[in-house]
Amino acid sequence: MTADVELEAVTVRFGTFTAVENASLKIEGGEFFSFLGPSGCGKTTILRTISGFIEPSSGQVRIGGRDMRGIGANKRPTALIFQSLALFPMMTVAENVAYGLRVRGASKSARMKKAEELLNLVALGDQGGKKVDELSGGQRQRVAIARALAVEPQVLLLDEPLSALDLKLRQHMRNELRAIQRRVGITFIYITHDQGEALTMSDRIAVMNAGRIEQIGDGRSVYTAPRTAFVAGFVGENNAMRGKVASVGEGFAVVETPLGAFRGTNPLGLTAGAPAVLFVRPEALHIGSTENACTAATTEVAYEGNLTHVGLRADDGSHLLVLLGGGETRSAPPIGARVGLGFDAADAIVLPPG
Amino acid sequence: MLASVGHPFVLALPVVVLAMFLWIARRERRLGLVQGPGYFQRNGVPIGLFLLIAVLAWAVFMIVLPQLFMIELSFRPKLPPSQTFGPRDVYSLQNYHYFLYGSPTSSANWNTVHLRAFWQTIVASIVVTFANFALCYPLAFYMAQVAGAARVRFLLLLLITPYWVNEILRAFAFRVMFASSGLINKLLLAGGLVAEPIDFLGLDVGMYAGLGYAYMLLMVFPLYNAIEAMPKAQIEAARDLGAPWWHIHLFVVMPFARPGIASGCTLVFMLTAGALAAPLVLGGPRSLWFTPIVYDRFYQAFHWPQGSAYALILLLTCIAFVLAVMRIGKLSLVEITR
Repeated sequence: MTADVELEAVTVRFGTFTAVENASLKIEGGEFFSFLGPSGCGKTTILRTISGFIEPSSGQVRIGGRDMRGIGANKRPTALIFQSLALFPMMTVAENVAYGLRVRGASKSARMKKAEELLNLVALGDQGGKKVDELSGGQRQRVAIARALAVEPQVLLLDEPLSALDLKLRQHMRNELRAIQRRVGITFIYITHDQGEALTMSDRIAVMNAGRIEQIGDGRSVYTAPRTAFVAGFVGENNAMRGKVASVGEGFAVVETPLGAFRGTNPLGLTAGAPAVLFVRPEALHIGSTENACTAATTEVAYEGNLTHVGLRADDGSHLLVLLGGGETRSAPPIGARVGLGFDAADAIVLPPG
Repeated sequence: MLASVGHPFVLALPVVVLAMFLWIARRERRLGLVQGPGYFQRNGVPIGLFLLIAVLAWAVFMIVLPQLFMIELSFRPKLPPSQTFGPRDVYSLQNYHYFLYGSPTSSANWNTVHLRAFWQTIVASIVVTFANFALCYPLAFYMAQVAGAARVRFLLLLLITPYWVNEILRAFAFRVMFASSGLINKLLLAGGLVAEPIDFLGLDVGMYAGLGYAYMLLMVFPLYNAIEAMPKAQIEAARDLGAPWWHIHLFVVMPFARPGIASGCTLVFMLTAGALAAPLVLGGPRSLWFTPIVYDRFYQAFHWPQGSAYALILLLTCIAFVLAVMRIGKLSLVEITR
């Protein structure tokens, strides 16, 4: 069984500090939903509010349409996977998985049967008798998932559960998590500061900054159509050129910057004279292009096999980043070379400064 | 066997054991089991010598020899000084026999007074230990997981300050509090709760309270340390999985804190069973704690060998009891002393 989660104008204050401000959103049942933001942005607070460890200062949390006010963490149809995993060190793997059922008074045989079933689900079928500290990081991760799934939650909450793993394992676990989510079919709410995780796994992402939800959308729209300067800068790499809107056309705006006047899309309909930032992705910035052109000196070339990062210093001293992919990598300019850069106006986006 | 023959052996025992250790150490080095620089090479001769002498002097003179002599003494008869090491100074079990039967030789009657006191002491110590645990666990949990740093410091200060006062004075303070005309009775009388003062001391309430309080710190600190090491997330995880608070304490926190619980309970049990001040000062006329009996063997009966035997019986019983409990709780000594 799965349930949707609704936040309605949720605000969480700790003393004078506002951790989450006026957050409203609806997470559909069975959705893989991520909260993405830098540390301290309030995403963990939102998760703990949904799981019942924090009561919102105002606003309402509804799970499956039911108001959760006054319902403790132990009574909610959610299960939380902690960043530290918080496995019980004095119990075996199977006992860990079965703990939630033991609380519910299930018989020992029923508990062990369910634990075995879940350990099979996370591919740990033969590890049930081991102690937790005999497992590797990735295995512990999966024990935590199995333990949370054992209580058959309608919503699974995950608090940066992959942050302690090394890169390879992290990438593997992303696929694994997604696969588990498809298999069990319940709502996953995932917290991360790693945009790669959020983009690859989620159906939708809420980008958060300083306690506010900046934008909600699927990975593609958050990446290609950011609606705030923060989202544009936080999700993926971006070149930001600050200036003022000089003129506007049909869906376009020309921004006057220290490097020159550039044309870009104007999704928010900024008017002439408004301060603005023009964002161009590194992969949209082309060396030698003449449209929207400026010049810059190469300062750094980082070759990564399939990609090459080229760092440049523009004439006003700002840093620019160009990403060369695939066949282009051979054409990287030498360090110190002055090159012309340009981009297609349709690839650039004009937003008000954050 | 004559004590004059056995006595030098007791003195020689530590020397023999030390020589054995030395021999084993040299053998291990010769066989290549131990490699790298030796003890004196690592520490230098002056520091090495100092450490060796200081530790040996402390261990041998403060711990090993007194205990050894007490064990040896417990097998000897009570004799005037002139006959010590004389022909009548022979080893026997008569002091232990006396503990059981109340006479050095006859086995006709049980020594009910001493046996009952001994039994009562053990049982009461167990009860006091449990009561102490029940009292200290919530406090330790509050300090370790709930309270903020400033509150913890304040509570620690409250806990520690009374222990700056001498143990006997503290026992007397309890006496003042629990006496018929003491504070508690005055309050009860003033509140109209009782018509006549309750004889707390005669009922041994004062003694148990004093005993419980005397070693509270030794319960609080191991518990506090063990519970503090527990990540909060584990408690939250248990709660998130649906556990009510009692379930979390019983099946998550206590198993985690098991070494601390065992350590605290062991310390409190051993010290309570061997307590002297509280039973002497607070014990009612009918109470018979075992330690005052041991004390009396030494200083009233002037029967040091018998006192030694009694002390040894108490010590061994307590150790056996603690080891048995640890075996049941599947705990090792290493875990407890961590």
